[in-house]
Amino acid sequence: MTAITTRAVGSSPTRIEGTAKVTGAARYSTEQDHLGDVAYLWPVPATIAKGRVEAVDSDAVAGLPGVLAVLTPDNAPRLETPDDAELAVLQDHEVSYRGQFVAAVVATSLETAREAAASLHITYAEVPHDSELTENHPKLSKPEKVNPAFPTDTEDGDVDAALAAAAVTVDATYRTPPVHNNPMEPHASLAVWLGHELTLYDSLQGAFAAQQALAKLFALPPASVHVINEHVGGGFGSKGTVRLGAVLAAMAAREVGRPVKVVLGRQHMFTVVGYRTPTIQRVRLGADADGQLTAIEHAAIEQTSTVLEFAEQTTVATRIMYAAGSRRTSHRLAALDVPTPRWMRAPGECPGMFALESAMDELAVATGVDPVEIRIRNEPDVEPESGKPFSSRNLVACLREGAERFGWAARDPRPGVRRDGRWLVGTGVAASTYPSYVGPSTASAAAEPGGGFVVRISAADIGTGARTVLTQIAADALRVRVEEVRVEIGDSSFGQAALAGGSMGTASWGWAVTRAGERLRAALDEHGGDGRLEVHVDTAEEVKARTGFAYHAFGAQYAEARVDLDTGEVRVPRLLGVFGVGRIVNPRTARSQLIGGMTMGLSMALHEEGVLDPAFGDYVNHDFAGYHVAAAADVADIDAVWVDEQDEHVNPLGVKGIGEIGIVGTAAAVANAVFHATGVRVRDLPIRLDKLLGGLPG
Amino acid sequence: MRITTTVNGQQRVVDDVWEGESLLYVLRERMGLPGSKNACEQGECGSCTVYLDGVTACACLVAGGQAEGREVVTVEALADADGLHPVQEAFLECGAVQCGFCTPGLLVQTHDLLARTGRPSDPEIREALAGNLCRCTGYEKILDAVRLASERMASR
Repeated sequence: MTAITTRAVGSSPTRIEGTAKVTGAARYSTEQDHLGDVAYLWPVPATIAKGRVEAVDSDAVAGLPGVLAVLTPDNAPRLETPDDAELAVLQDHEVSYRGQFVAAVVATSLETAREAAASLHITYAEVPHDSELTENHPKLSKPEKVNPAFPTDTEDGDVDAALAAAAVTVDATYRTPPVHNNPMEPHASLAVWLGHELTLYDSLQGAFAAQQALAKLFALPPASVHVINEHVGGGFGSKGTVRLGAVLAAMAAREVGRPVKVVLGRQHMFTVVGYRTPTIQRVRLGADADGQLTAIEHAAIEQTSTVLEFAEQTTVATRIMYAAGSRRTSHRLAALDVPTPRWMRAPGECPGMFALESAMDELAVATGVDPVEIRIRNEPDVEPESGKPFSSRNLVACLREGAERFGWAARDPRPGVRRDGRWLVGTGVAASTYPSYVGPSTASAAAEPGGGFVVRISAADIGTGARTVLTQIAADALRVRVEEVRVEIGDSSFGQAALAGGSMGTASWGWAVTRAGERLRAALDEHGGDGRLEVHVDTAEEVKARTGFAYHAFGAQYAEARVDLDTGEVRVPRLLGVFGVGRIVNPRTARSQLIGGMTMGLSMALHEEGVLDPAFGDYVNHDFAGYHVAAAADVADIDAVWVDEQDEHVNPLGVKGIGEIGIVGTAAAVANAVFHATGVRVRDLPIRLDKLLGGLPG
Repeated sequence: MRITTTVNGQQRVVDDVWEGESLLYVLRERMGLPGSKNACEQGECGSCTVYLDGVTACACLVAGGQAEGREVVTVEALADADGLHPVQEAFLECGAVQCGFCTPGLLVQTHDLLARTGRPSDPEIREALAGNLCRCTGYEKILDAVRLASERMASR
């Protein structure tokens, strides 16, 4: 691939929609004020964990003033069978998990809908449920593949023999709890029908995919479905595909003949929109006395629901991280009576790297090799399992740069020996990685009659800065100033485009925008600007032709932990991330996004835990009062930097995704720092003070 | 019921408000002011922070009827004819805005902090903003923005 010349790329214009956001003028999905009389829908969650809805007595509420419709499994319009079984809402009487939507009320005001929903009497036939994931669960089985299409198990070399012969071994089991995405904006949908045409304003990470899914569900030609996601209040994977609020909105709007809003409550966000599966991960490492790995085994146990199989790719990072003579990875899945887990920021890599990078720290302790050095010592020349060369890999540079900046060199490896008043002090390191995916996308570019250019692509800005970086990329491709370019996104009518997911937005959309801009520039140069030129591009062929290398981003995370001797309280006064993520398009938005990922990793390390009540089969702490996410006061000195990385193979822009890598490895860095501070190894997240108290030095 | 209240300097009258409706609902759904966001509806996240008679409050925890005869100021009124308020400018410049959903509440809370405390220390900032959750930025850029706004306002 030929590198492109950049001018705007690499600069830091402020966020294009920033003024709209700081003045309250930005209109998120359900905030459209031009639609007249809207109705409101409030869903009714199941109060059993497994069984059937026997009857919904809607008579009492159907007559209440303001109630327009009560949707139940008996009367809800029939939908075509969706690819995503969660979307078949109210299509049958089965209850597969507590909190599953089993009815909904539509009313002229939200409060009326809620009141009616709360007083709706539902009779269930309840059967015993099984909601607790355990190491030896009888339902554990081998899924056919793990997300999105990785082999479930891999084996390379003789792991058992290597472990038996190893001078040093680590054998430990790590656990991560259910973690809930919780974007600040709950899922919010506003559906409007005009004849047989559906317009959906929704908070989604991809309008085009949503259009396709809804068209199928409602048996419409895709052109009859229009999905708009102009501003999205965060997603972190939970808005990656259309969710059932959108289906309910579309269904209800057709029933009542007016626009319908469905805005989920925070409590709903813990059940129906997905979450990160809990994991139980056994890692076994074998090494020689110098810490050179001879064997790596990583076996993950995780859960899915009975509605659909979601198999998280928990151990895939282990397949690419370190050189070793032998390697074995596996995934086992139990389909339980629980809400369906889905994608959450770095699904797979995030929990998987907590286990692997904790184990690497344990190996460093066991061999006496410095934790930075042991990672450098096991750096592979090529991607270990595939044998492919890396398009670029700068883990070692990130580790070294981080060690320098963090002041690692003077570190005393002994755990539990540093005190600063009532605090035990320690430092830890962990590696990060995330694949550099790219998806085919279409885009258009046009010269506007009054001057300037407009570029259209069905991208989504979920807070990343996509609108801004695409404007920079378009300006460079068109060889004009950013002020001359208007990029329009968030609209399915702009055609097929990759999701804002898998950290592939900028790579995928940027590729298409580059090609559209280049082609329009060439046409203008050839024909002269007559003000009516428009070009359309599709990167499918080019993207398919990207092959021959292993494409991943890498990074190193450094943490300092302070643990209160008496209370076990953990503070993290310093966090530093150093990343090798290709070309940075906009340092201002990039730094913010990387730090945001690291903070979510810190939150995972110390706070976040969906607590399952096995007796009831639900997450008991299903709001921000009981489910803690990091607040301003939990974060101290935190920074993200990047090493210079030119990658001419990954895509024409040389960018790797930055949305997810920031969260990968953070929790391990914190746990390793806590071990260094206290001598207590916490292998099950989050690192609560009760897990430390018994082991603190006196 | 009818509510008569002053919102962003203008007298507003809304009818048919149900007694249980929150001020946030009245602002967003009845007055066409969706700048204040609903993200938890229980006063945990601060996304709906507004001024009520000059004191910041989570509009989700205030009944609409409690605003009767009182003065409400929302994020929509922080900028004036001269342009953005220094707090808004600083949030933009520092990269403190990502998805933007927590932003309105943080802006109002910061506006209040800097009105009360000219040059707050970092612990004072973190304390003042502890009730405003953000899931995107990691807070660091928000801290930068508050420091920058504080410097600029102090030098004016």
